[in-house]
Amino acid sequence: MGLLDGLLDKFKQGLRRTQELVLSPIQGLLGLRRLDEDQLQELEDLLLQADLGVHAVDRLMARLRFEMKRSGDIDPRAALKDELLKILHLHPSRPLTAGETQVLLLVGVNGVGKTTTLGKLAAHLKARGEGVMVVAGDTFRAAAIDQLEAWGVRAGVPVVRNQMGGDPAAIAYDGAASALAKSIPWVLIDTAGRLHTKDHLMKELDKIRRSLQKVIPSAPHRVFMVLDATTGQNGITQAEAFKQVAGVTDLILTKLDGSAKGGVVVPILERLKLPIAYVGVGEGVDDLIPFDPEAFVDGLLGA
Amino acid sequence: MFDSLSDKLSKAMKTLRGHSKLTEANIEAALREVRMALLEADVHVQVARTFLSRVKEKALGKDVLDGLNPAQAFIDIVHQELTAIMGGQVDEHPLNYASKGPTVVMMVGLQGAGKTTTSGKLAKFLKKAGRSPLLVPADVYRPAAIEQLHIVAKDAGVPSFRTEEKDPVAICKAALKEAELKGWDTVILDTAGRLHLDEQLMEELSKIKATCEPSEILFVADAMTGQDAVRSASAFHEKLAITGVVLTKADGDTRGGAAFSIKEVTGQPVKFVGEGEKLDDFQRFHPDRMAQRILGMGDVLSLIEHAKDRIDEKDAEQIAQRLAKNQFTLEDMRKQFQQVKKLGSMQKIIGMMPGMGQMKEQLASVASDKRVTHMEAILNSMTPKERANPNLLDGKRRRRIALGAGRPVHEVNQLLKQYLEMKKMMSQMNDPKFMQKMQRMAGGKGMPGMGGGLGGFKMPF
Ligand SMILES: Nc1nc2c(ncn2[C@@H]2O[C@H](COP(=O)(O)OP(=O)(O)OP(=O)(O)O)[C@@H](O)[C@H]2O)c(=O)[nH]1
Ligand SMILES: [Mg+2]
Repeated sequence: MGLLDGLLDKFKQGLRRTQELVLSPIQGLLGLRRLDEDQLQELEDLLLQADLGVHAVDRLMARLRFEMKRSGDIDPRAALKDELLKILHLHPSRPLTAGETQVLLLVGVNGVGKTTTLGKLAAHLKARGEGVMVVAGDTFRAAAIDQLEAWGVRAGVPVVRNQMGGDPAAIAYDGAASALAKSIPWVLIDTAGRLHTKDHLMKELDKIRRSLQKVIPSAPHRVFMVLDATTGQNGITQAEAFKQVAGVTDLILTKLDGSAKGGVVVPILERLKLPIAYVGVGEGVDDLIPFDPEAFVDGLLGA
Repeated sequence: MFDSLSDKLSKAMKTLRGHSKLTEANIEAALREVRMALLEADVHVQVARTFLSRVKEKALGKDVLDGLNPAQAFIDIVHQELTAIMGGQVDEHPLNYASKGPTVVMMVGLQGAGKTTTSGKLAKFLKKAGRSPLLVPADVYRPAAIEQLHIVAKDAGVPSFRTEEKDPVAICKAALKEAELKGWDTVILDTAGRLHLDEQLMEELSKIKATCEPSEILFVADAMTGQDAVRSASAFHEKLAITGVVLTKADGDTRGGAAFSIKEVTGQPVKFVGEGEKLDDFQRFHPDRMAQRILGMGDVLSLIEHAKDRIDEKDAEQIAQRLAKNQFTLEDMRKQFQQVKKLGSMQKIIGMMPGMGQMKEQLASVASDKRVTHMEAILNSMTPKERANPNLLDGKRRRRIALGAGRPVHEVNQLLKQYLEMKKMMSQMNDPKFMQKMQRMAGGKGMPGMGGGLGGFKMPF
């Protein structure tokens, strides 16, 4: 029995290894000590497939070539990891620490997961024993308020809302004022998805900011731009625009439970000097975890 | 951040003027630039590679036509090839209909791609085409998804299916029955977004397919998707044999290379494009426009498209047609000035035009220039007849117009001169020789006289 089990385990292990190699050819390449031109090209292609973008990949490849020139054997995985972690460690995210009422604003293009993330974040803060209030700032998309209410119930937190088509800046104001009056430490404000190229919609975010500041001058204390991990190079212009108009302070990368690696955050972080606060790994209430650079890089490199 | 491909190509091939054939050596740099452009547009690496070898094969040994430089000859081949791959001619009938009983259209895709909004848009589109659609909410997972579809249906003016059923397969089955009963001829199934990695939920789609036998299974894909588009699209295709693609959120500034990747790996056509949050922001897919957009080539069409957010669509289309037919009038010019005022910034738009990368800055201030207001006042002071036929504008009329607009007569004259120049320019836009000239200028110091504000302002926008 024992022997058979052991054999079976070994067999399964072997199978998994083969599977990994087949499914993730990058593993094979990263395990080599030297790469020839073809292998370098192949590796470059695989890195590009993680949405890192041409420039970042060029730099990564330059580092590998440099190391190969300098020494006999190299460790491609370590070199790439080092290079990527340098960028990801550059600006660590500040933890959320409760104190006086703080306003968190969630922004981003349509469908990236703002409302879901807000629900998860509310549940997370609530689970720490801290008071949370959520504000239905998306008064535009059909049933957006109902969706947020469902999340309010799920997270066990009160929802501030007005009717569809209402002024998002006004409801944001109400939410902040009510939380301040009740000394609730966290106010989470959902906003409607909007493309960063629509000036009039982007201006609305500025208006929300300003009306929050009438209640609490230092608000919003954090502005999270939610980014879908499947996003390609357009993520860069998204982040640039939202940072400029809405004063984004952190990114939240969602849908990392899919097959996309979210590599576009690397050029974004590098360019805009933003941290990643959390990542979304599913649709459940617990599927939000603090960003872990090491794990993220392992994901990028197909580990 | 992305220089237009044409700019890059002209740089890469600058030294090659005078070559009469495309050779391995003289297209090498260009191939690299095209590869870069495709990757920046999020075309999948493998897809780009295959495409480039096909282009290379086509290009080698080709004669460079008179009046073109090798860069232009090459870009022409690239563009034609990409357009052909994206679908060439647009099908007259976008959808397959069932020969008997209600036609079932099943919408599938990842979370957040835009299925629910797209279902509503499609329903409205079909209703306008004379069909009677029924919208069916089959997303029982995402909070308020069903409610969202009911609201969208109401907006679209089409019925949506209400039921006590909780299981997506059962909901779809019941909806189909109801459609048969009540005579709805098209049933649109709005399924829940899901990951292609989620075997259980993918199996649910298979069951819906087996139960409802859809004529169309449309994969709804976000135009901003990166390299992952290949993985998700091929997984959905493998499981369900999709029949077409709808590209959503294409109203932003994404280059939309995912459309190319998806088309390439599934072989299924992109049928529609969603270009806004309103239910009417939904169009048939135009392969040539998409090809230009992916390549970052820009043209009058995409320029208009980009501005569409703020300009009147009907006007824009009319002007585009007139431009193409070279029938541009003062009335069109007036409309364009009105639109210029609505456009916050022209930089992006100018940047989309070939060879104009360097003029962006110079032109940025023009939109806010009060001279635009003055010129508009002059145009407003003309009668519709005069705007339609500038030949009427003799000295007397010009003085009257100047008086009416509160501007000096020489400004009226200047405007008319500019109108004629614009008209000439428009006719040249279709002329390859002109493009060459533009590129030479772009390589130099920009357009002569541009610094002087509207005096040298030759652009229509
Ligand atoms: N697999 C997965 N799905 C997610 C994740 N986060 C959100 N989603 C799903 O993505 C879809 C869109 O999420 P929403 O939270 O409605 O996105 P939104 O940004 O609020 O959308 P709009 O308000 O319409 O712009 C829903 O189906 C969510 O369940 C994630 O981390 N993983
Ligand atoms: Mg939302």
